[in-house]
Amino acid sequence: MHSMPVTTPLFLSTSDARPMYQQIVDQITAKVMAADWLPGHALPSIRELAASSRVSVITVKRAYEDLERAGVIETRHGKGSVVAERTELPRALLEEELGRHLAALLACAARLGLAHTELHRLLDQAAARDAQSRPPINPSEGPLP
Amino acid sequence: MTAAFTLSGIAKRYPHFTLQDVSLQLPEGQIMGLVGVNGAGKTTLLRLLTGLVRADAGAVEVLGQCMPEGQVAAKREIGFASEDMRLYRGQSLHWHMELIRRIYPGWDAAYAAELVRRFDLRPQQIVAGFSHGQRVKALLLLCLARRPRLLLLDEPTTGLDPVARLEVLEALADVLRDERRSVLFSSHNTQDIEQLADSISFLHQGRLLASADKEAFLDRWRRVVCQGAGMNGVAAWPEIASARANGSLFELKVRHWEADLPARLNAAGLAVQRVDPMALEDIFVTTVRAGEPA
Repeated sequence: MHSMPVTTPLFLSTSDARPMYQQIVDQITAKVMAADWLPGHALPSIRELAASSRVSVITVKRAYEDLERAGVIETRHGKGSVVAERTELPRALLEEELGRHLAALLACAARLGLAHTELHRLLDQAAARDAQSRPPINPSEGPLP
Repeated sequence: MTAAFTLSGIAKRYPHFTLQDVSLQLPEGQIMGLVGVNGAGKTTLLRLLTGLVRADAGAVEVLGQCMPEGQVAAKREIGFASEDMRLYRGQSLHWHMELIRRIYPGWDAAYAAELVRRFDLRPQQIVAGFSHGQRVKALLLLCLARRPRLLLLDEPTTGLDPVARLEVLEALADVLRDERRSVLFSSHNTQDIEQLADSISFLHQGRLLASADKEAFLDRWRRVVCQGAGMNGVAAWPEIASARANGSLFELKVRHWEADLPARLNAAGLAVQRVDPMALEDIFVTTVRAGEPA
């Protein structure tokens, strides 16, 4: 019965500040990074994902195009999309995200009239505070409860 | 590309209202949202597409048929639902379903049963006892279960409670699975349209203010907050649809965002503080207030 949902929907929300296509890009990337979907895994068709997640076809199409440009998925003409075989993909995406944060940081510093040397000092300070407050990465090295 | 419908140079005059210069096309397999305030001409446009009304000028083609001449042939494949359609008050939903099943060979009984369940309706209940929401859902069910190739829905979510609204939107999303089926739905709830539509058309005072692919639409518009000593003529720039000042703070609604805009604003003495995407509702209201094409 083709009216029954056959694909698990993504979790999309209109109160999320990110545009819908960005939410799709982020969630699929997260699924790939978490190995929910392994390289070669076939993605749902654009129409299928649109219907199950209740967003327009054009929005899913745009998300798939972005994922393809980022190298997360590969689209074979007429055969649909699969998770890309390359494994260093998430890094490129994270670098892209860092780039956006850096641009925002520079814009904010410019408004405060901060020189770049001052910005460096603040960054070092923040990193030092972060190192103190952050729990150890390997739990076995941490203090006993 | 096959078109679900094509309107070319349409005009329709009524004593107190005129629809004019409307040219609009919906590619097959797409969902178009029609946005407009009450009295903008949304219902007139839908009625022209159903062949219920004849245009004074221009051509209407629906599923390859010229309207209204091809009305009879096109009718089997068009599903039209509007609030002013009446059900027989003394009859049950089941009775209506049997009626439609006998008229339309495409009736999908299994899908109808699924919609009854999803819409939480009771087929044996007499329609007179239905709430507004139940009546709207019953009308949509009768329309959807025929699986028409073109669905024309006039305000399908107006007056529904949030749960019923979601049920209706979910049923509409089902249509997306079939690439030969198309939908035109009008609404003044821009959120519904923003989520489901592939393309968006703004109708205002009988004219088409804008019609574009939704992503392009949302991409083009930005709200920019900046600070400076004065506007310095920025408000008159062609891409600025609206500009408001509050002391040294300025809010600009930009209809054609370009990456170089912050630098140009900066050169004009305005330091950009925030650039945010705009919701469709804000874009619509700004377009209507600016009174010119988006």
